[in-house]
Amino acid sequence: MVELTYRDALRQALYDAMIEDESIFIIGEEVGRYGGAYGVTKGLIDKFGPERLLDTPISEPAIIGTAIGAAMSGLRPVAELMYVDFIGMTMDQLGNQAAKIRYMFGGQIGVPLVLRTQGGAGRSAGAQHSQSLEAFIMHTPGLRLAMPATVSDAYHLLRQSLTKPDPVVFIEHKSLYSLKEDVDLSIEPLPWGKAAVRRHGSDIVIVTYSRQLQFVMQAAQALSKQNIEATVIDLRTLNPLDFDTIRKEVEKVGKVLVVSEAVLTSGVASELSARISEECFDYLTDPVVRVAGEDCPISVSADLEAGSIPSPKVIEETAKRLVM
Amino acid sequence: MNMTEIKLKHIHDARTNSRLEDLYRQMRRVRTFEERVGELFVRGQSAGSMLHLSIGEESAAVGVCSAMKEGDSFTTHHRGHGIFLSRGANPNLMMAEIAGKETGYCKGKGGSMHIADMGLGHLGANAIVGGGIPAVVGAGLAAKRGKTGAISVAFFGDGAMQQGILYESMNMAALWDLPVLFVCINNQYGMGTRIDQATKATNLHERAIALGLNGISVDGLNVETVQETAQKLTDDARVGKPGFLAVSCYRFFGHARMDKSPYRSEEEETEGRKRDPVLFARDNIIKEGVSDEVLDIIDQSISDEMDSAIDFAISSSPPPLSSMFRDVYGPNEPEPEPVQTRINRILARE
Repeated sequence: MVELTYRDALRQALYDAMIEDESIFIIGEEVGRYGGAYGVTKGLIDKFGPERLLDTPISEPAIIGTAIGAAMSGLRPVAELMYVDFIGMTMDQLGNQAAKIRYMFGGQIGVPLVLRTQGGAGRSAGAQHSQSLEAFIMHTPGLRLAMPATVSDAYHLLRQSLTKPDPVVFIEHKSLYSLKEDVDLSIEPLPWGKAAVRRHGSDIVIVTYSRQLQFVMQAAQALSKQNIEATVIDLRTLNPLDFDTIRKEVEKVGKVLVVSEAVLTSGVASELSARISEECFDYLTDPVVRVAGEDCPISVSADLEAGSIPSPKVIEETAKRLVM
Repeated sequence: MNMTEIKLKHIHDARTNSRLEDLYRQMRRVRTFEERVGELFVRGQSAGSMLHLSIGEESAAVGVCSAMKEGDSFTTHHRGHGIFLSRGANPNLMMAEIAGKETGYCKGKGGSMHIADMGLGHLGANAIVGGGIPAVVGAGLAAKRGKTGAISVAFFGDGAMQQGILYESMNMAALWDLPVLFVCINNQYGMGTRIDQATKATNLHERAIALGLNGISVDGLNVETVQETAQKLTDDARVGKPGFLAVSCYRFFGHARMDKSPYRSEEEETEGRKRDPVLFARDNIIKEGVSDEVLDIIDQSISDEMDSAIDFAISSSPPPLSSMFRDVYGPNEPEPEPVQTRINRILARE
């Protein structure tokens, strides 16, 4: 066992993958000499040189476009988008090009690139640097989507992403970078596309992903002290989506809370809720309830910011009302 | 061999083909292919409503492509049939793709605007103006790193000159000394907006020079001039000096097949169509002493070739419905569940 941060685990994953596969290179703003805006790629340029840590101008669309062309030419790029909030800048290259190239061209070629980015609230970064935009990606067939919630998954999901035949959008959470865990990276990870049941309980199922897992686990512990036991599912990847695990756990319990930091309307939580309602209808004893971000932009004020996303307290209280 | 081919072979054996004659033959193939595509549309046999013909622009496609080598890669815009054909595409597979048939280059899923053949280095036609441009920066990066000696060429129209992605891409290509060439086929119109209604800066190559690329504008009337200019630019690109070439020509017909060009006068069109690179080359070949009859035989053999392509396309089958779910993801990945299957599963409950 070794104590690592989420940030260290990501760096270790890149390091190990780049040692094993010479075709991997990192391209993005400030990824080389600066070491990444959140320090994930720090020091990698000393080991791998500027050719494999390619610092770019501030040109998000062309960063993704260049990664696409490189991926179609035998390389395996890891493109870094400094904030997921900038994804609108790149949406043509990502949604119209990367996602559709295999399909439009009749399966002739794939685009095996990984787009690393980070999102979420927690640093008073304001309305354009704090969003959770995973629904944009999940709504686009052809793009895989991974959102690690733990240190171990930060490592393993990134390693797995770098073996996939299709473009993977890999969204880290800015408030998780300093999260520390004791991990043994030599333990065989869960397979790609499989959800993790982080906790078993017979009173309620809570489905979540990314940083909200940390909040949900806190809520679950508080609930446990009140004799309410929750099953907690961490989805890990949203595409592929492991609905079998959700179904299996929901059928046992019949009460479900879906927790997501993204704004409520048309979000990932909405899709999950709809599917659970459709597919587990006969097993539900109550409506599927979503706890999600408020339908408004995120403020710089720390109070407004924290108030606009689910908190452990709100999750705990909502779960309690559903169970009682 | 049919009679025409035998006759042609005799002519070829009797005298050496000039370079211009070869360029003419390639341009005629593009012209005839595009005319047949137009007929396919009129007959209701093409897939969809989006067809953009490059008639009048043949010298750009043929001139630049003849300066490229095997192993070079390229992307095109939505008006790219001529470029693909000039890089060696099989007209049968092209026509079948344009007709949305299973035998087409992309199994009927791409069509005119998303046609591609990785085997010929065609990294894809693109229906987003400027969308295919940055991919050549990535291809150039891979070529440079692998020391393959290949270049990558982005073809686009004058409409893309006002898209930001072009400047991001040219800037990176220059910054990193990549083996890349940007080719703007300036047919004067972005859909219905004439170039001088879209920008004050109509000396297009100056923008590339400002970013540190080689930049040249050339008149597309004479394919030999285009070819020679492109040769210089591709030679430079191959040693890490990226370039930009604007080829000026006139789009003979509307933006797409339904466009009757209400934004320009008949007089302008008549004048524009006089700038015909195919006829210009033909006249020059005749001046070299080749007879009309010889050129007619070439034209006829091309016409026959393209008729066969039409026949191939029309006689091919459409793709099966089940292929809809194929190739969304990689070969060993599960296919998406069809909506109907899902509904049946949900409603099958007791």
